[in-house]
Amino acid sequence: MGADLDKVFKALADPGRRRLLDQLRAGNGQTLGQLCEHMAVTRQAVTKHLKLLEEANLVVPIRRGREKLHYLNPVPIHEIADRWIGKYERGRLRALAELKKKLEGETDG
Amino acid sequence: MASSRFVYVTYIRTTPEKLWRALIEPEFTRQYWVETWQDCEWKAGSPWRLMIPGGRVGDSGEVVEIEPERKLVLSWRNEFIPEMRAEGYSRMTYELEQQGASVKLTVLHEIDVPDSKFIGSVSTGWPMLLSSLKSLLETGESLEESRHWPKGA
Repeated sequence: MGADLDKVFKALADPGRRRLLDQLRAGNGQTLGQLCEHMAVTRQAVTKHLKLLEEANLVVPIRRGREKLHYLNPVPIHEIADRWIGKYERGRLRALAELKKKLEGETDG
Repeated sequence: MASSRFVYVTYIRTTPEKLWRALIEPEFTRQYWVETWQDCEWKAGSPWRLMIPGGRVGDSGEVVEIEPERKLVLSWRNEFIPEMRAEGYSRMTYELEQQGASVKLTVLHEIDVPDSKFIGSVSTGWPMLLSSLKSLLETGESLEESRHWPKGA
């Protein structure tokens, strides 16, 4: 595994950082300012969170003109899934997850 | 947002030289890129074509920028799905950067079209190809699902 796994788990272990990933999932390619709009913490705190997410390769910053846009990089999470979930289990797990989602309604855990 | 963009960063345990060859040479791409190969002289301004099995041209464009083992920028347009072709040329960038025993590969694929169908389509294709490429370079074997052009396509 290329990216440091400890960094990935550490980055994911914080609800604020997971919220940032959720935000990027809803709208990929946002500036720091856009990401701050939905966070109840200071700009400095968001900057710090983004730095940890970038070091874990979960977020990739791309410069376009004067703007720095942040993108979700699914690779580390995909590598974790590949490592611990077999190819043939995946289909069954997806079916069960769909069923759970239907029965519980669309709420985020 | 006025444009659509796909971004992917992966670390591959290999050398920039091997990764560069794997991205370009037909004997490699056929193994992880559903049997396709690229017809190109790999010089700035050269025409570029992605050839699909049966000798058809899947996509075409040209080399915008090339710096062997470090950076490649292609203009890229789909040639066989009319609604994607109509979106015009996209821009695809590979960046390779050695980091310790690995090479950091960044793939950027973007087009100045909001909610682009083409970028939507490549966004589902790239992750499979790139994880297969990583597997090929690290283990000598590409992923099964990336070895053949889809039947009937």
